[in-house]
Amino acid sequence: MTIKTALMAGTATALIALAGQAMADAHAVHPVTGQALASEQVFTYRVLDDFPSIDPQLIQDVSGSEVARDLFEGLMNEDAEGNVIPGVATGFEVSDDGLVYTFTLRDTAKWSNGDPVTAGDFVYGIRRAADPATASEYAWFLEVAGILNASAVTAGEMPLEELGVRAIDDMTLEITIDAPRPYFPQTSTFPTLFPAHQATIEAFGDNWTDPENIVSNGAYTLSEYTPQEKLVRVRNPMYWNNDATIIDEVTALIINDENAALTRYLAGELNMTDIPAGQYPRLKEEYPEQAISFPNSCSYYYMFNMSDSGPEALADVRVRQALSLAVDRDIIVENVLAGGQRAAYTFTHWAIPGWEVPDIPMANMTQAERNAMAVELLAEAGYGADNPLSFEIVYNTSDSHAAIAVAVSQMWKQTLGVEATLANQEWATFLDTRGEQNYEVARGGWCADYAEPSTYLDLFTTTSSYNDGKYSNAEVDALMQEAKLASDPLPLYQRVEEIAAADAAIIPIYHYASVRMMSENLENWPTENLLQNWYSRDLYISASE
Amino acid sequence: MFSYIIRRLVVAVPTLLILIIISFVLMFAAPGGPFTSERALPDAVMANVMERYGLDQPYWKQMFDYVTNIVLHFDFGPSFQYRDRTVNDVIAQGFPVTLTYGFWSFVVAIVVGVSLGVAAAIRHNTWLDYLAVGISIGAQVLPNFVMAPILLLVFTLWLGWLPGGGWNGGQWNYVIMPVIALSTSYMASIARITRSSMLEVLNSGFIRTARAKGLPTSRIIIRHALKPAMLPVLSYLGPAFVAMITGSVVVDVYFSTGGIGQFFVNSAFNRDYSVIMGITILVGALTILFNLLVDIAYAWIDPKIRY
Repeated sequence: MTIKTALMAGTATALIALAGQAMADAHAVHPVTGQALASEQVFTYRVLDDFPSIDPQLIQDVSGSEVARDLFEGLMNEDAEGNVIPGVATGFEVSDDGLVYTFTLRDTAKWSNGDPVTAGDFVYGIRRAADPATASEYAWFLEVAGILNASAVTAGEMPLEELGVRAIDDMTLEITIDAPRPYFPQTSTFPTLFPAHQATIEAFGDNWTDPENIVSNGAYTLSEYTPQEKLVRVRNPMYWNNDATIIDEVTALIINDENAALTRYLAGELNMTDIPAGQYPRLKEEYPEQAISFPNSCSYYYMFNMSDSGPEALADVRVRQALSLAVDRDIIVENVLAGGQRAAYTFTHWAIPGWEVPDIPMANMTQAERNAMAVELLAEAGYGADNPLSFEIVYNTSDSHAAIAVAVSQMWKQTLGVEATLANQEWATFLDTRGEQNYEVARGGWCADYAEPSTYLDLFTTTSSYNDGKYSNAEVDALMQEAKLASDPLPLYQRVEEIAAADAAIIPIYHYASVRMMSENLENWPTENLLQNWYSRDLYISASE
Repeated sequence: MFSYIIRRLVVAVPTLLILIIISFVLMFAAPGGPFTSERALPDAVMANVMERYGLDQPYWKQMFDYVTNIVLHFDFGPSFQYRDRTVNDVIAQGFPVTLTYGFWSFVVAIVVGVSLGVAAAIRHNTWLDYLAVGISIGAQVLPNFVMAPILLLVFTLWLGWLPGGGWNGGQWNYVIMPVIALSTSYMASIARITRSSMLEVLNSGFIRTARAKGLPTSRIIIRHALKPAMLPVLSYLGPAFVAMITGSVVVDVYFSTGGIGQFFVNSAFNRDYSVIMGITILVGALTILFNLLVDIAYAWIDPKIRY
């Protein structure tokens, strides 16, 4: 071959390769939706703060869990609606008493270094979460999942081997729980229960999650992590279902300031960011396709200090009722927040799957009726112009909490003549104040750990360590106990909400919504998944028309 | 001179120790702790965590162990908030970033500030003076938390010239906005100090003598006036330099630089005791060091000063 023909042959090959590439780009479509795919499949989103950890057994925050669900894979995953679907396990069987779950693992699942993912890796991971030596703050999640002996193992009273998890063989995992918990399979989608690669963790200790050390079994591997700046993950060629993954690279940019994040979104640096409070109506008008709002499973409420250290007036149910009735939720939702949130008269988020909000009298009244009733109740309790009530509302420092507290104090003053002073505290101080019942009325926000009403309603039980208002009602405690074993707990949960509403245990104010800017070509975002458990491998970027 | 430096360094040790003790007391006096969270941890879990970090020990023991580890191993302990990192990791990652943009801010602030100040003094009560004073007052009153979002709007959103944030290993286009945002107010202060001190020097006897000898103005300014005029600026520069290289939370928050200022503020909010202490000691040590350097430079500039 002469140099010239060699060159020609080379050029021809290159041209063919190029053409092939172009063809592939032009014709690449999503297998399900049939939408044309963009040639560059890169997804960049904003996170508020740096990740306290990306070690699955130590993760305790939402954004850390998002990273973990990309880097690792648990027994089960969630689909776009939040249903539990196979992950590393192809499925599971439950014993008749509902206590023993047997998971069958797929034999194609591999770690990023090529090792097979075995039942032993899950045993190691789950034991690691419970191990007192790991000192995971999220060890309590194993108790939520109900894994047998979890609390005793974490307390160091039982050896790790007593934990209710064992490998029958490499491909079969058995988990024993302490009571039938219909939501148990969903807890396996949570990072605390993810598998861990023992050899890597033992070799690198606390540094095993560094990009150069980490071995993971998810659809992505960690390629770069600069604290307080960004975290980048790329496709894991070893992932068993890598062929179905479309997004090649995912970047989480850590941007503390939400307005700076919005500016960078508008400059095209991000595919997704949160909308700062109050800006949704304006952005919706300007960018109707990009500004979106969908339910997010958290509830916002005010709690009363009903313990001995609390004011005497708050021990009177009529006073609590009056204070709750006088809060015009519609004004807060429509004028203060204006981001698609919903007024709340009960605690459990309205969008929890299978949940039916019970009929609460207050919810069906007009605000004028509520105000009239509130005035009446307060007078009955012996408070009014001659015996005025005054409270302090404590909340953690934030513009939107302040705006709501101002609105509520105005409503109380106008309707009831109640004087409310506002006190904001920095987060850790606030939690301390609330946890030690050094307050009168305090702001609360609660997010679901799993998509079932008990994740909220447990807070109404006397023994709940999250019950900072020290509300206590024996009937509620009994109902919640009964619900654990009931085949259909819904009516029990509804009854609990009715009692809590009648007792005015808290003032439910609104149910959260996620309010975001999202690029028009970012597809398949699971807005129906209430807990917002999303997986980058389900997303794709469509070609712009 | 040499014995003076030694003396100052020896005094630095108890100074740092007092700083550590005061920080420890304030830190433990603040309500809440590093593991306070909305969901109160079960007792067993809390006990494990406290034990892991030695927080179950009496305060004096914690402080003693802490200081011992620093002195013997230069180990500032694990971060309580970032479970995968130690304080040494946090500082090793964040400090170079802050040092880079802080250093460039310092250079920009001095060069622009001194030039503006000198120009204003020489052309006293002319349009140039008014312009320079106007610029420096403007820069002084515009806080950087207002400046940063404006820069972001102009250079990232409207012009599309610069990336809106991140550090990217310190690539030049990522450094520009942090430097502008950080340097402006320092630049303004330097300009004002330079201007007034220059005016004073220009009215002094030895400058009149120099003029009388018929020296060209440029020579008078550079050779004779600048050095004494710099004395008040210098005393400002020591602490200013430390403040710049130890970062600005505003810059870190708006431009996601990953610098140390952000870690410092977050550590206080998170009650991340070891990070609070680590950065406090770093800032304290740098402050002591640069104040010493300023004093040495004083002696070099002003022959009247003897130690």
